[in-house]
Amino acid sequence: MEAATPNYFLIIGGVLFVMLNVAAALIWVERRLLALFQDRYGPNRAGPLGLLIVAADSIKLFFKQDWIPPFADKPVFVLAPAIVVVTVLMSFVVIPFAPGIIVADLNIGLLFFLAMSSMGAYSIILGGWASNNKYSLLGAMRGAAQMISYEVFMGLALMGVVLLTGSFSLVDIVEAQRGLWFIIPQIVGFVIFFIAGIAETHRLPFDIPEAESELIAGFHSEYSGMKFGMFFIGEYMGITLISCMIATLYFGGWLGPEFLPPIVWFILKTAFFLMIFILLRASMPRPRYDQLMEFGWKVLLPLTLLNLVVTAGVVLWLNEN
Amino acid sequence: MELTFYIAAAVAILSTVMVITRYNMIHALLYLVVSFLAVAVVFFTLGAPFMAALEVIIYAGAIVVLIIFVIMMLNMTQEDVQREKEWLQPATWVGPAILSAVLLAELVYIVVAADTPAAGAVVAVDAKFVGLALFGPYILGVQLSGILLTAGIVGAYHLGRQKKKVIHRFLQERSAAA
Repeated sequence: MEAATPNYFLIIGGVLFVMLNVAAALIWVERRLLALFQDRYGPNRAGPLGLLIVAADSIKLFFKQDWIPPFADKPVFVLAPAIVVVTVLMSFVVIPFAPGIIVADLNIGLLFFLAMSSMGAYSIILGGWASNNKYSLLGAMRGAAQMISYEVFMGLALMGVVLLTGSFSLVDIVEAQRGLWFIIPQIVGFVIFFIAGIAETHRLPFDIPEAESELIAGFHSEYSGMKFGMFFIGEYMGITLISCMIATLYFGGWLGPEFLPPIVWFILKTAFFLMIFILLRASMPRPRYDQLMEFGWKVLLPLTLLNLVVTAGVVLWLNEN
Repeated sequence: MELTFYIAAAVAILSTVMVITRYNMIHALLYLVVSFLAVAVVFFTLGAPFMAALEVIIYAGAIVVLIIFVIMMLNMTQEDVQREKEWLQPATWVGPAILSAVLLAELVYIVVAADTPAAGAVVAVDAKFVGLALFGPYILGVQLSGILLTAGIVGAYHLGRQKKKVIHRFLQERSAAA
């Protein structure tokens, strides 16, 4: 343990550095890919391929006036954007990027991820409430309802993977997929987790808390400057986190043919799901709020429970034979 | 590990006191979240990581969110904060506080006087152990709480059920005219 300490801090620093940069780089990736899907150029002026748009955007955010409305609840208003970034970054603690490259292999890894994502809901609720603005409050209420409901399906969908592995540790889950990736036996769980993941990160098509056409940005309409930037970064890191989780839980994490090192396999899988997230934004219309809730409770919940019962039954049957 | 326990316990007590003494309800609930998180850390240090995770997911992550949800709809204003302040006069809380302090002193005395096993004997309680306990000796409790929750859901459904209305305004006008 003592000898491993410098290496340990290196991993923590590396994960933080890579994740914050990925969040920034996703600004460029998202805008370029959206442009590609919509048959336009996108940002292509600043630097090679428009890559410097990231620097331009961040500098702009840093130098904007950081204004706190006089009618806002100041301490809560300042606290809210920090919560989302902290909870998402904390979730990366349990993700195994490659053998040995993991901050902490908790034996409750999956539950830790769920706990952190449920704490993320506070950022929306408190941000919307502290802004003291009716659009923000509406956005916050929608966000709270959406996140609480979809957390239920997210947790239950993951339990299928836990049943097959017999452990909450993400390293064990990846190791258990040596023979067969869990996408095959847990296809229903994967689809539900993916949908719930979109709803948790409130990305299009489920970006109802911020629906810019009806709520003028929803819970963060009063935010400006770097506080808005925090929500922004939190969202991008959220989709990175969900992509990492999908790759880890259902697509074998770092596992893959020998010709590429494990970390490359992990990055490739994660990047693939990040692009799916962006493609979804370009291609899907936003459902109405009540449709979203109905879909969740009337379709996803029974499906999840059915998936859980069938998985448990099959596992029992296999164990007896 | 012992030090982390005492720090977490102190944070839990402090934040719970703050919950009671805040006039603004949302601020009080924020302290409640901190209190739950501290209790989760206490569970973790006592060798129950599974319970710690559930504490965060269920209490801090779901139940307090629901309470905040309701309070947001109540539209609290400065007047409500003022009224809370008036309610929390020393005259109202001194009596119960003294009596509770006596009880607390007794509790501390009992804990100190009793022979507690050494703190070193921490047994890790994992998910499997919890499951075996829940569906073994405590199966009746699980079933009873299941029945209670079902009753709650049925009641909520009954209260929330309404006749299907025609939502579109044009259709509504036409049916009113006819």
